[in-house]
Amino acid sequence: MSELLSGPGLNGRGLALVPKSDAKQSMKEYKSDQEVRWCPGCGDYAILAAVQSFVPELGLKRENMVFVSGIGCSSRFPYYMNTYGFHSIHGRAPAIATGLAASRPDLSVWVITGDGDSLSIGGNHLIHALRRNVNLNILLFNNRIYGLTKGQYSPTSEIGKVTKSTPMGSLDKPFNPISLAIGAEASFVARTIDSDRKHLQSVLREAAEHKGTSLVEIYQNCNIFNDGAFDQLKDPEQRDDITLRLEHGQPIASASKAVRRAADGGIEVVPRAEVAENEILVHDAHRADPSLAFALSRLDEPAFAHVPIGVFRSVDRPSYDELMSAQLEEAVAQRGPGSLDDLLLSGDTWRIG
Amino acid sequence: MTKQVQQLDRVIIRFAGDSGDGMQLTGDRFTAGTAEFGNDLSTLPNFPAEIRAPAGTLPGVSSFQLHFADHDILTPGDAPNVLVAMNPAALKANLGDLPRGADIIANTDEFTKRNLQKVGYAASPLEDDSLTEWRVHPVPLTSLTVKALEGFDLSKKDAERSKNMFALGLLSWLYHRPTEATISFLENKFAKKPEIAKANIAAFQAGWNYGETTESFSVSYEVKPAPLAPGVYRNISGNQALAYGLIAASVRSGLPLFLGSYPITPASDILHELSRHKHFGIRTFQAEDEIAGVGAALGAAFGGALGVTTTSGPGVALKAETVGLAVMTELPLIVVDVQRSGPSTGMPTKTEQTDLLMAMYGRNGESPLPVVAPMSPSDCFDAAVEAARIAVKYRTPVMLLSDGYLANGSEPWRVPAAADLPDISTAFASAPAEGEEFLPYLRDPETLARPWAVPGTPGLEHRIGGIEKADRTGNISYDPGNHDRMVRIRQAKIDGIAEDIPPLEVDDPDGPDGGTRVLVLGWGSTYGPIAAAVRRIRKSGGKVAQAHLRHLSPLPANTGEVLTSYDKVLLPEINLGQLAMLLRARFLVDIISYNRVRGLPFKAEELADVIQDVIDSE
Repeated sequence: MSELLSGPGLNGRGLALVPKSDAKQSMKEYKSDQEVRWCPGCGDYAILAAVQSFVPELGLKRENMVFVSGIGCSSRFPYYMNTYGFHSIHGRAPAIATGLAASRPDLSVWVITGDGDSLSIGGNHLIHALRRNVNLNILLFNNRIYGLTKGQYSPTSEIGKVTKSTPMGSLDKPFNPISLAIGAEASFVARTIDSDRKHLQSVLREAAEHKGTSLVEIYQNCNIFNDGAFDQLKDPEQRDDITLRLEHGQPIASASKAVRRAADGGIEVVPRAEVAENEILVHDAHRADPSLAFALSRLDEPAFAHVPIGVFRSVDRPSYDELMSAQLEEAVAQRGPGSLDDLLLSGDTWRIG
Repeated sequence: MTKQVQQLDRVIIRFAGDSGDGMQLTGDRFTAGTAEFGNDLSTLPNFPAEIRAPAGTLPGVSSFQLHFADHDILTPGDAPNVLVAMNPAALKANLGDLPRGADIIANTDEFTKRNLQKVGYAASPLEDDSLTEWRVHPVPLTSLTVKALEGFDLSKKDAERSKNMFALGLLSWLYHRPTEATISFLENKFAKKPEIAKANIAAFQAGWNYGETTESFSVSYEVKPAPLAPGVYRNISGNQALAYGLIAASVRSGLPLFLGSYPITPASDILHELSRHKHFGIRTFQAEDEIAGVGAALGAAFGGALGVTTTSGPGVALKAETVGLAVMTELPLIVVDVQRSGPSTGMPTKTEQTDLLMAMYGRNGESPLPVVAPMSPSDCFDAAVEAARIAVKYRTPVMLLSDGYLANGSEPWRVPAAADLPDISTAFASAPAEGEEFLPYLRDPETLARPWAVPGTPGLEHRIGGIEKADRTGNISYDPGNHDRMVRIRQAKIDGIAEDIPPLEVDDPDGPDGGTRVLVLGWGSTYGPIAAAVRRIRKSGGKVAQAHLRHLSPLPANTGEVLTSYDKVLLPEINLGQLAMLLRARFLVDIISYNRVRGLPFKAEELADVIQDVIDSE
């Protein structure tokens, strides 16, 4: 395990039990025959294309991939993947996927969810999936708005958001999904963006190969109800200055800024020119203690001041399904395979006649 | 001193004490001895929801009632012949149930001024004349126990804790129960604390010897073994039988069992039991909430497991949306509802039959599903196998409606051989032939079930979900005609199961033309009290027929015929008439309801009176 911890950011066991395909696969095979019905210009198209073009590289048997979703625009995703799919009910995809992944370690299970689905109605299932660490990949499409119900504010909308349900502005503080996931001690937490296909795919690959629950927040633009929510990250004028690329073993810095240890014990962002190269904080995604990763997740307060992108945390700890299978094996080793007759006749019995 | 031995055909004992007094354990051990002796028996534990209510108070009283006999019996008995009262609260809480002439064995040590005041006795009822209608045996159980354990290295408090074993010893003497099993039970239970084991055994034996030597008990009683059908027997509670039934269903279907559950009274013991049998390949998942429990079970079912969730009424309410998803996706799922008193939190440890309409209709949309209800503790085993059979064969969620009375009650069970249980195996869909399209919603013409196509099968990649399905293809469809068709197909699939379940049997000794005018119908746990009441009526020369529904959805095909064969149909239910409403609506039969919702099972005497009234009425 220590080798894995010092490796390139992957524990690499995420797909160990999933059968591999000998045939070379292409994106086309992963497209279902269903017509895609998102609004023209929706960020979901880019994510779908990125996923469809990346999964063939995993070399898995297509029949061993399952996409499970909840309710919302993003949750239509499974219909468009030519794999097994389960479009379930609002917020419950992590629970359904947990039962599937825990009982079928030979599957690569993906949860597709949105900010409302995973952080409002399904918040409980999300945090428990993360602490439990079942072998799942959760892709959280965060557009900071409710789309399918036509434009109410979401649990990631900024305070003061004016929507149909909040004409005078929303009052409640949003969740930072990365902070929430790290607070739940998720073993793999990353953020990427719909418009950067290369980065998106590299993060998804790491997530797929990670054994345990991986949470990938994908900033996704809803061009109908919340257009431009992530424009700062897409604007060539400022994106390189505010984006902090997180790469394991590399200094955390943008074109003009850098992260260093602050005098008060926390971390701070300072102009890059003011800090010596060896003072810049080097990213360690494999740190067992989640507090530094949590501190990194807070750097975009106030909103978009600086936005870390990449893998915040990737640590190796046993996954729930591995532990569950091990208990079953141990029980068989200790007691032999179960015999129904022995079970029914266990305890005090007596014979008549 | 030679004591008199009197023969009895049956006895009802109630052990009552503080919830910390170990009354459930005492009752369990007396039951084990009684089972070993070969009597037929039936038990009824009754305990507060609070783990440790304040000591010595009425809300803290816990009791265990046991009915045993030299013939087959159907209920834990209406009224105890013997009450063991470990303190004044136990006496006060149970006295109302005691018929005149019953024996009261009271632990005089606990009848202190303070304990008497706690329950509102101005003076000790043992010392005034208030108990003259009963035969009171004052026994200083606590101090006798402490005295018996003087030679042990125990604090007085620890020694006092063995007083329940002293009481058990005394009752075991009084009713000639075998002692070996209790002694070996105590040795095993306290294997790591041999001193405690020895002390408990000493207290147990001291109780026995006290009965043998004291003058307060001049008579002991014998109840001969009951002539039960030949076979190997064990005592079993409803929850344990239900758990075993699920394991049997897993073995006989060849499907790995996956339980997704959240702890809730009175269903948790099923989760506990299944967790102990991982060597059967059983995965038990204690979820973060009720919704996740059923969600995980459904996810596992999608993956080819026998998916089960266990809960009580409040949990069923939370699971409703996911059960609806199982209806829409047509996947096998078993939802066990161990009913308890409601609404809301209600009375968690008390029994009721009030979830029938929720089980039938408690989901949005037209979402029919089969409902199966066991009729006795041991029948929970067969009902679980039957629920699994239907779920797997018809690819549908099935509601299994147990209740608190069945869950915690116990009775002797003739253990079946595994090989004699039904084969409920099913085939997963296999890859389509070259050039053929896989249709996830193409139905078996006989069962109307769709294929169970599990991930990992090449060529069957498909997507399911909660949105309405197009017939055959399973694609999303908003077509009005398709929706109407699918709503009717889902209903027809469930209705069709009526052809695959046994007809409703009527117990009518005089036959269809014998002049019997009244039919008593029941469902679920009321079987015992109804059957016992019917016996009483017949014994006194009355004519009454009995039928009991195990399948509530769909109903057996001949149900209407049975109901219209009698002038009057009486339906006792522990609710306000839920099944009666369904039957009236469906068959236009003027059902006579008898309803009590007290958190307790019916009494046989009570129902016999009701049946007699119906017979006597014009």
